[in-house]
Amino acid sequence: MSELTITVDTSLTARFPESVVPDERKGYAGYIVKPENLIEVATALRDEMGYDYLTSLTGVDYLPDGKMEVVYHLCRSTGGSPLALKTQVGRQDSTVPSLVPVYPGAELQEREAWDLLGISFEGHPDLRRILMWEGFDGYPLRKDWREAFFEEEGKPFKSRWPEGKVYRVEDKNVFNKNIDYPAGFNPETWVPEGDVALYAGMGRIEPVGDGAGMKTDQVIVNLGPQHPSTHGVFRMVVTLDGETILALKPVMGYLHRNHEKIGERNTFLQNMPFTDRLDYLSSMSNNFGYALTVEKLMGIQPPERAEYLRVMMAELTRISNHVWAIGFLLNDLGAYFTPALYAIQERELILDVFEAVTGSRMMCNYFRFGGVARDLPEGTLDQIRKLVNDRLPRRVDELDRYLTNNEIIRARGEGVGVLTPQQAIAYSTAGPVLRASGVPYDIRRADPYSIYDRFEFDVAVRYHGDVYDRYLIRIDEVRQSLRILQQVVRNLPEGPIQEGKPQYQVRVPAGEAYGRVEGPKGELGYYVVSTGKPNPWRYHVRAPSFINLTALEPMSLGNKIADAVANLGSIDIVLGETDR
Amino acid sequence: MSDELNSTGYDIPPEMQGQVAITTLDKIYNWGRRSSIWPMMFGLACCAIEMICTAASRYDFARFGMEVMRPSPRQADLMIVSGTVTKKMIVQIVRLYNQMPEPKYVVAMGACASGGGPFKEGYNVVSGVDNYVPVDVYIPGCPPTPQALLHGLITLQKKIDTQSIKQVRWYQKEGSEVIPVPVLGPDIMDPREYDLIKQYTAEKLLKQQAQLAEPASETSA
Repeated sequence: MSELTITVDTSLTARFPESVVPDERKGYAGYIVKPENLIEVATALRDEMGYDYLTSLTGVDYLPDGKMEVVYHLCRSTGGSPLALKTQVGRQDSTVPSLVPVYPGAELQEREAWDLLGISFEGHPDLRRILMWEGFDGYPLRKDWREAFFEEEGKPFKSRWPEGKVYRVEDKNVFNKNIDYPAGFNPETWVPEGDVALYAGMGRIEPVGDGAGMKTDQVIVNLGPQHPSTHGVFRMVVTLDGETILALKPVMGYLHRNHEKIGERNTFLQNMPFTDRLDYLSSMSNNFGYALTVEKLMGIQPPERAEYLRVMMAELTRISNHVWAIGFLLNDLGAYFTPALYAIQERELILDVFEAVTGSRMMCNYFRFGGVARDLPEGTLDQIRKLVNDRLPRRVDELDRYLTNNEIIRARGEGVGVLTPQQAIAYSTAGPVLRASGVPYDIRRADPYSIYDRFEFDVAVRYHGDVYDRYLIRIDEVRQSLRILQQVVRNLPEGPIQEGKPQYQVRVPAGEAYGRVEGPKGELGYYVVSTGKPNPWRYHVRAPSFINLTALEPMSLGNKIADAVANLGSIDIVLGETDR
Repeated sequence: MSDELNSTGYDIPPEMQGQVAITTLDKIYNWGRRSSIWPMMFGLACCAIEMICTAASRYDFARFGMEVMRPSPRQADLMIVSGTVTKKMIVQIVRLYNQMPEPKYVVAMGACASGGGPFKEGYNVVSGVDNYVPVDVYIPGCPPTPQALLHGLITLQKKIDTQSIKQVRWYQKEGSEVIPVPVLGPDIMDPREYDLIKQYTAEKLLKQQAQLAEPASETSA
């Protein structure tokens, strides 16, 4: 933690002696604030102490203590480590004041905490379920809630190990599926909630002006979940006046595959391959964030060569993700698949490297706590050298030459989907979206991790905050990543790749940790609470794709419907991460 | 091509060879279908990325007549279920399947679509799309490599080759059934299972009441 944060922290307890106390549980950090003073404290933190950026918001169910805790991680947009603010309420009728008036970026995250943990946020403008559907029975992330295929609280399950008598869970279920219903439930009298609440929030919106112009009708249009330009199973509901967007609501959860619940059953290491499947275009970065977080808890450091390998893989991932994003943004703009084919060609070359190193093209599962899984095979370093010194720089220039001054891209991109820097910070956007709006916030520089402080590179930043700048910034970032990679391959040291012996079952001391990396999509954070057992007590992912979507509505209001597709493409979401 | 079709047992006179082909109706019909399978442009999760790669230049499934990916189910022959099927999404998947005109095929791509995969225990995960729609080919892998997907598609072609107009379900008199769309209740509900659900929840209620009653009777005794 930097010295700067400590000085401000002491002033926080001095300023609010009644309502704020330091969190003194062993292995914990930050401050506990009373729920009734939360808004007051948050406002002071934002306006007086510079914590203007809400990074992550989540809840933890401390079942043995009978408490629900809401954890906020606040940052300064000028850099520095995050400040953890917590508030505690009872498990029955848990209600905390909503922070949406102070940090609008809390909107989707509070809805998620309501959906999965049943924490109600008073004053939230639109508190509905977000990942599950309205009418679903229970709050799945509560510790006493059990899924239909429940076996035991934590892995390894006794049925598999050590006796090893495996059975099919389906055979134990009446329906042969993983479904369960509350007692006395009658399906024939059930009225599905459907999208009533959603559409009710999108009713007629009074047009701006005196209404003297043409009389038009408003329509509500659904895009998705099966739509070619939603990058997966995302759904947008828009209210249109003619072609102009008056309101837009993102609807997600169609790929909610219970990452966090499964993560809390898994052992720490078992979660590593699951992180691959979060943002499945950049599995190495996901591994990176998770490894850093657990290493923070364990208090270990990987050896030098492993650090270099990690940075190498993370930057290669960034390049492959960004060329893909550019290709598919162009797809959304109507350049159907030609630029994408150029992009995929380069990505395949990077995947070849991944396959050689890890054995898998996409799901690399390469990082371990205190190192990496394998060393580079023979010849791979040469392959990477050729890529980063010759092939990729040329191909990025080529993309730039073909696309950047293209008339259609400029017409469709310039001035479309503008997000001001103030909005970008307030809505907690991260990564390229934030930096394209003129906020030079890159965690590799703002709160350096691993060995990024040793490399020379610039934080890419653009100032218009429109679709065109969000395209340009990805080209810039690819170039900066290549700069880092050129330094990495030049200086890669020899040595071990793993601290100590590789372990299947790691010992993680009790405590909490929030680790974050600058993923290709933005700030990827992991909040892990350990109780000293083989499984994490709480495992939360701060997913950049999910939180960046908070800014989709402000970005799109007043735009044409066709531009909503471009805006979405320029945010670059991956549904595996959005819905987890 | 003519070699593939000309194996009906009838000899073509030498002077007609190269100009006339004799075949069966099944063969020419299957050959036409298997050579132009149009997949639906429909990606669910990670596997969709490998599906796109299979469509791209390196693997290029246009070689099998499959490059025309249609976003609309009305124009598609094949649904590649490429990823984890969730309870929230299965409603749409069944609807899309019903909207596809026959003949139609389903490929379950990857571990999740085939049986739940790594996410099987999840509360929102359908453990295998075949719980709701019939599947023709299962492709293992997490995700399957583009080569594996190609192999799966070739397997589907082989399956089509063996079909006969007389037997396929879409040419039967009674027609083929429309799959009832699942309903989102406290958990996902298949309308065909309502009786079973009622029975189950009634039993569960009785069990709960018995449990509540038991400690009470102990104390009174």
